[in-house]
This record gives sequence, C-alpha cells and structure tokens, in this order.
Amino acid sequence: MATQAAFMPGAKVETLTFWGTVASWLTTVDHKRIGILYGSSAFIFFLVGGIEALIMRLQLARPDNTLVGAERFNELFTMHGTTMIFLAVMPLSAAFFNYMIPLMIGARDVAFPRLNALSYWIFLSGALFLNSSWLFGLAPDGGWFGYANLTTSQFSPRHTIDFWMFGLQILGISSMLAGFNFLVTIINMRAPGMTLMRMPVFIWMSFVTQFLLVLAFPAITVALILLMFDRFFGTLFYAPAAGADPLLWQHLFWIFGHPEVYILILPAMGIVSEVLPTFARKPLFGAPVVIYSGIMIGFFGFGVWSHHMFSVGMGPVADAAFSVSTMLIAVPTGVKILNWIGTLWGGSIRFRTPLYFALGFIAMFTMGGLSGIMHASPPVDLQQTDSYFVVAHFHYVLFGGSIFGLFGGIYYWWPKITGKMLDERLGLWHFWLMMIGFNVTFFPQHYLGLIGMPRRIYTYAGDLGWNFWNLVSTIGAFLIAVSLLFFIVNAFRSLRSGAVASNDPWDGRTLEWAIPSPPPVYNFARVPLVQDRDDFWLQKYGDGHGAAPRPKPAPVTAAEIAAIHMPSASHWPIVLAIALAVMISGLLISMYQVIVGGLATLYLMYKFAVELHRPPAGHGH
Amino acid sequence: MADHAVAHAVHDPNIGNTGLDNRKMGMWAFLGSDCMFFGSLIGTYLAYKGKSISGPLPHQVFDIPLTSYSAALLLASSLTMVLALAALQRNRVKVAARWLFVTALMGAHFVLNQVYEFTTFVLHDGLTLSTSLFGSTFFVLTGFHGAHVTGGVIWLLILVGLAMRGQLDARDYTKVEIAGLYWHFVDIVWIAIFTIIYLIP
Amino acid sequence: MTPRPKRLDWMLVGLLGAVLVLTSSCSWVGWNWDTPMSTVVPKSDFGRMTHEIFMLISWWTLGIFIVVEVGLLYVCWRFRDRPGAPIPKQVHGHTALEVSWTIAFAVILLVFAIPTIRVIFKTQEAPAATDLRVDVFGKQWWWEFRYPKYKITTANELHLPVGQTAAFFLNAPDVIHSFWMPQLGGKRDVVPHRVNHITLTPEVPGEYPGQCAEYCGMSHANMRFHVIVHTQADFDTWVKAQQAPPVEPTDPLAQQGKTIFTQSTCVGCHSITGISAGHIGPDLTHFASRKKFAGSLMESTPENLAKWIENPEHMKPGALMPNLGMTGDQSKALAAYLLSLK
Repeated sequence: MATQAAFMPGAKVETLTFWGTVASWLTTVDHKRIGILYGSSAFIFFLVGGIEALIMRLQLARPDNTLVGAERFNELFTMHGTTMIFLAVMPLSAAFFNYMIPLMIGARDVAFPRLNALSYWIFLSGALFLNSSWLFGLAPDGGWFGYANLTTSQFSPRHTIDFWMFGLQILGISSMLAGFNFLVTIINMRAPGMTLMRMPVFIWMSFVTQFLLVLAFPAITVALILLMFDRFFGTLFYAPAAGADPLLWQHLFWIFGHPEVYILILPAMGIVSEVLPTFARKPLFGAPVVIYSGIMIGFFGFGVWSHHMFSVGMGPVADAAFSVSTMLIAVPTGVKILNWIGTLWGGSIRFRTPLYFALGFIAMFTMGGLSGIMHASPPVDLQQTDSYFVVAHFHYVLFGGSIFGLFGGIYYWWPKITGKMLDERLGLWHFWLMMIGFNVTFFPQHYLGLIGMPRRIYTYAGDLGWNFWNLVSTIGAFLIAVSLLFFIVNAFRSLRSGAVASNDPWDGRTLEWAIPSPPPVYNFARVPLVQDRDDFWLQKYGDGHGAAPRPKPAPVTAAEIAAIHMPSASHWPIVLAIALAVMISGLLISMYQVIVGGLATLYLMYKFAVELHRPPAGHGH
Repeated sequence: MADHAVAHAVHDPNIGNTGLDNRKMGMWAFLGSDCMFFGSLIGTYLAYKGKSISGPLPHQVFDIPLTSYSAALLLASSLTMVLALAALQRNRVKVAARWLFVTALMGAHFVLNQVYEFTTFVLHDGLTLSTSLFGSTFFVLTGFHGAHVTGGVIWLLILVGLAMRGQLDARDYTKVEIAGLYWHFVDIVWIAIFTIIYLIP
Repeated sequence: MTPRPKRLDWMLVGLLGAVLVLTSSCSWVGWNWDTPMSTVVPKSDFGRMTHEIFMLISWWTLGIFIVVEVGLLYVCWRFRDRPGAPIPKQVHGHTALEVSWTIAFAVILLVFAIPTIRVIFKTQEAPAATDLRVDVFGKQWWWEFRYPKYKITTANELHLPVGQTAAFFLNAPDVIHSFWMPQLGGKRDVVPHRVNHITLTPEVPGEYPGQCAEYCGMSHANMRFHVIVHTQADFDTWVKAQQAPPVEPTDPLAQQGKTIFTQSTCVGCHSITGISAGHIGPDLTHFASRKKFAGSLMESTPENLAKWIENPEHMKPGALMPNLGMTGDQSKALAAYLLSLK
C-alpha cells in the first residue's frame, strides 16, 4: 500500500486508475476528502431515514390502518430517530467541521489527520452495522432513546436491542475521537493573529459542540455499558426486582441527550451566522454576544436534562428546578434570533438559495423554540410530553432548524468544495417545496398533540378526531420527498456540467473564500496572517472607517509551495475501523470473533500509533 | 508575538500557535472525557449504595489492607513514571526504560491484586456481577478502572520495547509524557474510587 | 452569478403567507378542540390549572411569533438588495439594545415561571385522607384499577365520582408506562420499583378516553382505557354493582362457558370472585359491565370475544394471553359466559 504522499505540491500529478482512485479515497487523511465522505454518507442515510418516515406516515394516514403492523412500525420509529440523529444530522455537521474548520482558521489540516480518517471509517462501520439489522429481521425496536427496563433481556429477548446498543457505542467512539481532534485543531492550529474572538462564529459554535461531544458521550457510553452488562452478563443495573431504579437509565441517557440536542443545533446556528452576514453584506450583529450565548448554552446545557423527565415523578422541587434552568437557557438561545435579524437590518440583502435556507432556519427554529418554552413548564408539559405536540416541537428545531441550516451550508459551500455552482432556480424549487412540505407535515402535529394523540403508536382509533390532519401530515411528508428530488438533480447536474465557481462567488467575509475553489490539497499556499474578525472582507474593502484596503501581498512563489509538506495517506485507519467492527459484532456471533477481533484491534492500534514513530528522513509529521 | 509562534510551527508540526503540543492537548481532552466516564460509573455506584436487597455487604467483603497496598502501589508507580520522564529528558534511555518497566510492573501487580480480590469475592464471598446491586456496580466500576490500568501497562511495555530497540530517546519526550499523563489520571481515579467505595462507610 | 427570478420570489412569499394565514384562520374555526382526548377543554381542577398556564404561555408566544416572523419578513423586504447599492454600513452591534432585549425576554419567562412553580407544588400536594384512593397497575398492555376502600378490582374502565378528589397510586409491575387521561389533566408515568402519585378532582360528568403515553413494547398503541365520571349517586350504584358477587349464568351456552372456564388454565391468570383467583390477567368478575376489553381496544361483542379467545395474538400484537387452543364452539361458550358477568 502506498505510504508516500499521493500528492506532493509542485510535483506532477499522476492520473490514477479506477482502483487507484478508490484506494486513494480509502486511505485519504485529507480533511477535505474526509468531509466529502461524511457528507455523502450522511445524505444517503438522510434518505434512508426519510423513507422510514414516509412508510410511517403512510401507515398513520388512516385510522386502524394495516399497511405495516406493530412490530415493523416500532422498528421504523426506532430506526428513523436513530438514523436521523446519529447517521444524518451529526455526520452532516461533521462534514462541515471536517471541510471548513481548517479552511476558516487558516490551517492546512486538522491536528490529527489519521485519527480524523479513523473517525470516519468507524462512523461508517457503525452505521452499516446498525442498518445491517434490517437484513437479519432484527431491526431495533426499543425507540431511539431505548428506555430501560423495556430494553432488558426480560422484555426484549431478541437481539434487536443489541444492534442498537453496539451500533451506538461504535458511533460514540467515532464522535469522541473527532471531538478530541477538532478541539485541539481549533485551539492549536489557528493562523497567526487569529485570536479566539477573531474566529468566525461557525468555528465558535463548532468549538462548543466539540466540548459537548467529548463531555456528554461518556454518559450514554456508561448507560449502554450498564445495559450491555445486564443483557449479557446478568448484572442488575436496570432490574427493578433487585432494587434497581429504571430511572437510572433515563438520567444517564438525558445527561447525554440534552447536550446532544445542542450538538445537533449549534453547527447549524454557526452556518446561519456565516450565511446571513455574507448575503446581507454586513457583519453579524453582536458577534461577541452570539459567541457568549453559544458558550452559555454549552455550559448550561448540562443542567437541564430532567426536563425530559417531567412526567416520571421526580417531585416538585426537582420539577421546579429543572423548569427554571430550562427557561434560563431559553434566553441565550432566543436572543440569537434577534441578533440574526439585526444582521439583516440595514443590510443589502441578496436573495440566493443559501440565504433562503438561513431565513427558513430562523423562521422555523423560532417556532420550535416557542413550543419548547411551553414544554419548559412542567404542568403544561405533562399534557404535551409523549404526544404529537413534542414530535412537532423537535421536528421544528431539528428539521426546520438543523436540516434547513445544514442545507444552507450545502448550498453556500458547494462552490468552494466542488468548484461548481448549483443552479439557483432548482435551488429555489427545493427550498420552497421543502418549506411548504415541512410545514404541512409538522404544523398539524401540534394540533394532534393538543387533542391527545400520543406518540410512538402504530395506529389509532377513528373516532377521536385525529383522522383528517394525520392524512394532511402524510401528504406534507411526500412534498418534502419531492423537494429533495430537486436537490439531487441539481447536485448531479452541477457536478457534471455546472458553471465554474470562482474563489469567492458570494463576496464572502471569511478565509475560505481567499483560496481557489476547490482548494489545493495544502489549502493555503502561504499561511495567512490575521488581523481582525472577517479578515478577508477587510482585505477586500478596508474597515469602512476611511482606511484604504490592505496592500495585496506578493504573489506566492513555487519555492514556497514546494516547501509545504502534507501528511501521507495511510491504510491503518480503515483497517483498524474494520477490526473494531469485527470485534464488536462478534458479541452477537461468537466469543472467538470477539477475541480475534479484539487482538486484531489492539495490534492495529499499535501499528497505527507507531506508523509515524520513526518516519523515513524528510517526513517530520 | 505571532512571529514567534510561526517559527515554532515551522520547526515542529506538533507544536501549535499557542506553543502547546497537539498530542498533549489531545490527551487532556481525552482525560476530560474519561472523567465524565468514571464520574457516571461512580455516580451509578453511589445511586445504588445501600439499596441491595441481598448478598454480602461491602464491609463484609472488603480487604482494606490489600486495597490500601494497591493504592500505595499506584501512587509509587506515578513517582517511578516521573523518574522515567526525568531520565528520558536527560537522554538516559536505559535508565528511563528501567523506570518505565518498574512502573509497568507495579501496574501489573495492581491488576493482579485486583484479580485476586475479584476471585476471592466470587469464590469465597458469593459476590458476583449478578448477586446484587453492590456486586454489579462494584465489579463494573473497579473492573473498568482495572482495564484502564491494563491498557496503561501494555502502553508502557511497548515504550520499554521501543527503548530497548533503540527507537526511543529524548526526542520522544512528549510521547512518553502523555503516557505519564494517562498514568497519573488512572492513579487519581483510583484514589477517588478507593476513597468513595472502600473507605467511606 | 446565476440570475434568479425576482418576481417569482415575491409571488412565492405572498403565496406562503396566504397559505399560512388561511390555514391559521380556518384552523381556528375548522380545528375542533372539543374532541374525546382533547387537552384544552379541561374537565378537572388539575386540567384547569394546567390550561390556564398553557393559555398564558400561548398568548405570549403567539405575540413573540408575530413580532419575530413579521419582523423577519419586513426586514427582508425593506433591506433587499438594489442594483448599484453601496456596501451597507458595517454595524457590529448595539450593546444597549442587546441588553434590553435579553432582559425583556428574561422577564417574559419570569411571567411563565411564577405560576408554573405555584401549580407544580399545588398539584403535587400529598393526598388527603378524604380522597378516593385508586390503585392503578399499568401492565403490558392493559390497566388494572383497584379501589381499596370498596374492595373492588376492575380493568380498563375507571369510574370516578364528580366533585370528589381522586388520589391515584400508580404502580408498574413490568415496564414503564404512562397514565394519561387528557381531558382530566396531564400524565404521570408508572415506573417499576416506585409508587407515583397523581391527584385530581373531576368537575364535569362524562366519558373520557385515556391511553398509555410511554412506549412500552409491541402493543403500546393498544394500551387504552376509559374513564367515566359519574354523579355521586350513579357512582354509588356502580360501586354496589361491582361489589356484588358474580352473576350466575342462566343461558345454557353461558353455563357451558362457565364450566369450560373453571376447568381450563383461565383460572390461573384471571379472577372471578368465588371462582378463581388468578392475578396475571384482568379481573373478570363484572366483565360485562365494561363496554370494551383487551385494554379498551375492542367492543365487547360476542364475535370479538370469541375471536380474541381463539387467538389473542392475532387481535392484539404481542398479547401476553396465551393461545389456549380453544375451538370455535368453546370460544363462543366462553364469550357467552363472559358477557353474562354483568
């Protein structure tokens, strides 16, 4: 396997064969390629989760329907939730972390490129492992939140829960490794002059997200380990008969689960905070406040978890405490919306597809946030939790919020990543159909919840007044599906024959627009020296206080480029990820597989660690 | 200012613009995460303390002298770890290797003590994973700590092996330093576990 | 840059706005709020207290919604790009404004927090000795109700007297469920290894469906129950009827059914006072006094009952009642017996 650089700056580029190309992608450590891998995988799983949703909506379109039975429906809502959260939104955010963080901080790659690749391959193996359950007729059916003690062996004797449990553990390892990587990258690899407060807001939101990832995932790791031990080794962590409290699971899960929702929304907020200033041609209004709000949300996000548990009977003191903390955290979350509107105020707003999605984010996230405030009041929440009202709430923030924001990012950074432009007209069709379809799907669900429709039910009686709006909701879901067709067509057409993108098609403000589209493997020929926030904008236009734009620097020389050294490709990440998957899936097959896989994993960890220990002369990295 | 940091970056790709080493920072991030991991396990232990409905009680099975000795072992091994690093810094590779080996031995001794303790509980005291909440929480918490120590021992032995093959010297100070950080963390977690589980009634 | 159709945008904005306005307005008229499981037409004190806070928050959030969304649309229209426009003034923020709107928002939340905390404590007061105690057992996938004061055990139908405070003691013998009667108030989970409480006073006689609201396995969707709030007189009548010994069947088919019942494994799971004492399935002593069965899933008709007895799992996925291999005739006889137990 090639361990030399597949691309040396300045050297002649060899044309790779098909298998050579495949090999180069399987062994890449380039953050840009890893970002593309995350993004493409995430989009495919987004479609998978979407199909799961469409089947559920078809089943719920009519009362007492028999399209799918109880078992299948329970599997569908479990997999839909798990897929959308862990295999769609998170990796789509990771795609942007990977591609954009080094570019926006003026770095050439992340702190640990091989670890970065390892994160991706572990993610993919976890995603495939989880979805392989469909092939075995053992798709998880405990809900995406897997409440004990329903998920213990006594009440879930089949391996369905084990696929979910191990799948999440694998995915958790991937997320945590990436978290360590981006934390170090953001702290330690910023270009000279880029102080923390000069970092783009997307970087700040991503930074807070990484802290949440590394500090929240251990809680669910422990919850899952305890469940695994109960199911496999007879421990009693979730066994009420032995004196255990099933609420232990809920506490551990939601100590992870609440920071998780901020992990899901902060990157999209970061994207919106980049798109709005670019298309309004004004800086983000109150950027420091938006940054501090993000930090506060991250910090206080660890103090609200039991608002998911208002109905379990924690007692009035706990209920009141978590109600207050939840309302408190609504403050930094809510004022950001006003900062975003303030950004648009006084601007010169150019309406392009990325901006539409950012505007859609603001409009939909506001609605989701407002229904969230209702949930913050326990008496009110006791009517709303576990009903379609909360289903409406979280789809407004996760779809109307995160997904719209992430699509905004896709349209915004597509020219930078691919070097091609997406078609505006197709983009607008996508946006408007998705906007209308989304609201037709989920707005009526507020009503359904308020008239008593519980969630996670595969069917319902026809005499409760739920029939009509369930049908409407189903029609909306198919509208969303149609809207995605416009995006897919747009994407293919762009890649094949789209208009060529310049370095800076949107007249942007941040460093990534200063380099070619797509960037060369080394990103920056010369490491930038940053003097302010929105440094690139200031280079172009000056600071608006009369000072002239900065003098253009001398052109980059070939010698400078030849001196750049990029990390070499490596096959250890994908091999190690496979060994890890073999070991963990062995827990469902045979102890021998676990032992062999485990030994292989240990050995490969060693090989991974020493690969660069005493590299040949000339390679210091 | 910025130029100073740039100069560093040109020399050593592991040193960032803050002057700190990426790998050390990565290890600190990992240890922060691991704190939450052990915190959740300790929290679980405390949530279930006193709630077992059958089986031997902690004070009936704990061998405090033995576990105190184990705690002292780990503490001493942190000292030998520091000595190893000091030697490596002065490029005294063989001395460093010896101290690393002693550290690993003490860690292995700790794990063996733990195996002995677990075996005694299972065979003599009738305390297993599935006996009671105490059995479940105790074995899982201390077992995962023991697994962390084992991982550390393997890591240290690999470093010893590299040193003996002439593939470790003062240039690798940071790599050994992060092994040291990990080792001290595992030691501190044991202090916490020892105090909360064994000492506090 | 690719050109984009200007007028189409504004047409679409107008279209979306029109759709939203139309839907919202005819929803006010066309969305029926007084449905069987509605949460916004409260029939108890607990429901009312909850509803007051809900309405308070709803009006404020509607106001915030209008301000924000209209503000957003206005800003987009007013500050749209015009050809040849200069780069706008690079405003970085306005500290006084940002502080003000932060404080304003916090104050609004305080307005929600105060009644919230008051109602939390009011609705979780300990039950009084004069309350009617009902022990609720949520089992996969049906509900058992016991009235210790009257020594009654019944299933899936909860009878309450209007105007008297009912104190529910919630138990979960298997997994976590949630006890929810939307028209009478919010839900409370039933959690293994603990007894939860919910206390409320029904204020309007009527019939109110309830349903389990915490995913509890295969037939979670089928774990329903029915609440009947009586006048005090009717409630007393019901209590007396439930306390009476089981009716002796006079119909020959029903008598046949009773014989089959007493000779089958039915007696291991079900109780009929004086005849069997099984505690796994529902108490059948006054089965026919209830309109539905199997977790309030199906009407208690001879056909439904016979089909259920022949193959429970077929009627209700995952049903824990085993298939006892009853023939068609046996099932019909048993059904007749059950329907005689008024």
